[in-house]
Amino acid sequence: MEYLPNILFGVLLIAGIGFFSRNVNSLLRNIKLGKDVDVSDNKPQRWQNMARIALGQTKMVVRPVAGLLHIIVYLGFIIINIEVLEIIIDGLLGTHRVFAPLGSIYNFLIASFEILALLVIISVTAFWVRRNIIRLSRFIKPEMKGWPKKDGNMILYIEFVLMILFLTMNAADFQLQQLNAEHYTQAGAFPISQHLASLFQGMEVSSLIVIERTAWWLHIIGILVFLNYLYYSKHLHILLAFPNTYYGKVVPKGKFKNLDAVTDEVKLMLDPSADPFAAPAEDEGEPGKFGASDVSDLNWVQLLNAYTCTECGRCTDECPANQTGKKLSPRKIMMDTRDRLEEVGKNIEKNKGTFADDGKQLLDDYITREELWACTTCNACVQACPVSIDPLSIIMDMRQYLVMEQSSAPSELNNMMGNIENNGAPWPFNQMDRLNWAND
Amino acid sequence: MANDIKVPTMAELFAEGKSPEVLFWVGCAGSFDDRAKKITKAFVQLLAKANVSFAVLGTEESCTGDPAKRSGNEFLFQMQAMTNIEVMNAYGIKKIVTACPHCFNTLKNEYPGLGGTYEVVHHTQFLKQLFNNNRISLEGGKFKGKRITYHDPCYLGRANDVYEAPRELIRKLDAELVEMKSCKQRGLCCGAGGAQMFKEPEKGDKDVNIERTEQALDTSPEIIAAACPFCNTMMTDGVKNKEKEDKVAVMDIAELLASAGDL
Repeated sequence: MEYLPNILFGVLLIAGIGFFSRNVNSLLRNIKLGKDVDVSDNKPQRWQNMARIALGQTKMVVRPVAGLLHIIVYLGFIIINIEVLEIIIDGLLGTHRVFAPLGSIYNFLIASFEILALLVIISVTAFWVRRNIIRLSRFIKPEMKGWPKKDGNMILYIEFVLMILFLTMNAADFQLQQLNAEHYTQAGAFPISQHLASLFQGMEVSSLIVIERTAWWLHIIGILVFLNYLYYSKHLHILLAFPNTYYGKVVPKGKFKNLDAVTDEVKLMLDPSADPFAAPAEDEGEPGKFGASDVSDLNWVQLLNAYTCTECGRCTDECPANQTGKKLSPRKIMMDTRDRLEEVGKNIEKNKGTFADDGKQLLDDYITREELWACTTCNACVQACPVSIDPLSIIMDMRQYLVMEQSSAPSELNNMMGNIENNGAPWPFNQMDRLNWAND
Repeated sequence: MANDIKVPTMAELFAEGKSPEVLFWVGCAGSFDDRAKKITKAFVQLLAKANVSFAVLGTEESCTGDPAKRSGNEFLFQMQAMTNIEVMNAYGIKKIVTACPHCFNTLKNEYPGLGGTYEVVHHTQFLKQLFNNNRISLEGGKFKGKRITYHDPCYLGRANDVYEAPRELIRKLDAELVEMKSCKQRGLCCGAGGAQMFKEPEKGDKDVNIERTEQALDTSPEIIAAACPFCNTMMTDGVKNKEKEDKVAVMDIAELLASAGDL
């Protein structure tokens, strides 16, 4: 019976990590549904982007208030997790504060965790106020109803509770150390929780141990639950921001990709020596589909983008179409892509590894044509994203599908394109009049 | 053209066995749109004043394909691109300058993948170089002390990170450059990009150009400087909509410089 807590801890840890790896597998399987894309170029630039944008949070501080609060929570998350390492070792070995022999370094670490924990509590509260009391417009847009709203708050509640548990655990521990309780090594500095310890004044050692142990267990269980919550949440960005900034666009924002399949066809059309009646080569498969109408037509980086989106809404806030009341919201493009991808993933799971047609697709069932045609391709959304997501590339791929597969551009655009085809300008002017301005 | 400036075509120079320093890509707006033609002429006057040897393609120029590509018509874009590339490669073009950020972006970024690799500069970058090399100069001029706000075209600014060249040119006018609420990386679109120029906007509660014009007017400018023929149209329409056309002029940077130098 002596080892029961150790065994219980081991089982919880294995279950937590096991479920998490199952989630990671589903995530990878879904992302791999995307088309292949070559991202082996510009490696130094890509590492630099990751270091600067994800690790260094450079784009977060474009908005100073949210940026500062976010950096606190981010640092808190990374640094306080050193403590989780100690908790895991203690849990498995039945030790208590196994890093205590580090002495003054240990005291410094625990003290900084405590200060960060308090700052995180303050920041998380400020975030909650921004979402629920001030109600910043980007948090109350139509796409933020229901689950996205709950999800946003849930993350804040979990973080708040975890920090409270951490401080409660330390406060009880501090009090136990003061009482020279057995097993409770004199270690750590508690600049925040020593003030909470006064709440425990006069309590029996046994009750204090119950409080300390309960907080300790709930804290680590909370962390394991949070880890497994990620896959269902916008909070996945804490992991995916790193690969996403690495794989983000490294060419000028104005450079849109040229479709190779089209290049081949156009070359053939312009080649005077090509035989228009030549039989297609034997190995030529079905001609590829142009553009995207569903998630599997997008490339895997675009799908990674969708999972990385944390729905902060900076893209939508900067979008000229959205600002002027159009339906388009770049954030919704990313959320719809993720929702549809999840739906496809579940379908594959249900049908033992193959996708069974469900009569739905990303276009129309999630993203409407009105949204796609409202985009001015101004790149404001791409610029605004703090983790290098490119909603514009998805919009463009879907426009390509509408125009090249369905010929369903708005009629004025068809007129414009007809003019370019016939007289080399978007307006109906004669090509032979191109130089008339020089003689006016 | 006024002032008797000869605008040579590549075909003419080629026949004489000459090749110019730079090809001036005029673009569809610069060739056909009455307002944009004035920008084209102003830029040509500046080129002539700086003794730049240049030429245009004239009737051999065709739409770069930008509006087709942004509409999703990759076929039409690549047809246009390859036809233009064939013409330019035949003339051995090395350097291109254009006053249209959409042409600039497409020529610079999207043509190389299709066989057309040139040094492409926007006219504000080119003019800045002319100033730096002392090929052109400006003494005071009529815009001294005037309040000018500059609207960043998306395809020059965010798309290609050109923010300073146009601003430096405005400073040459001894004018007071005032920034709008959204500028540079966070500049607000005029509403014309992505082929919106050629269609009615989707349903909403305001037009983008009105929103942007309001931002510009908030700076109480005498002049709204633009560096794109399409932005120019959108901002001009916006100013008219606000009935401010008597007080606020929308001018391209080339026009400002040509007019300041009294060309």
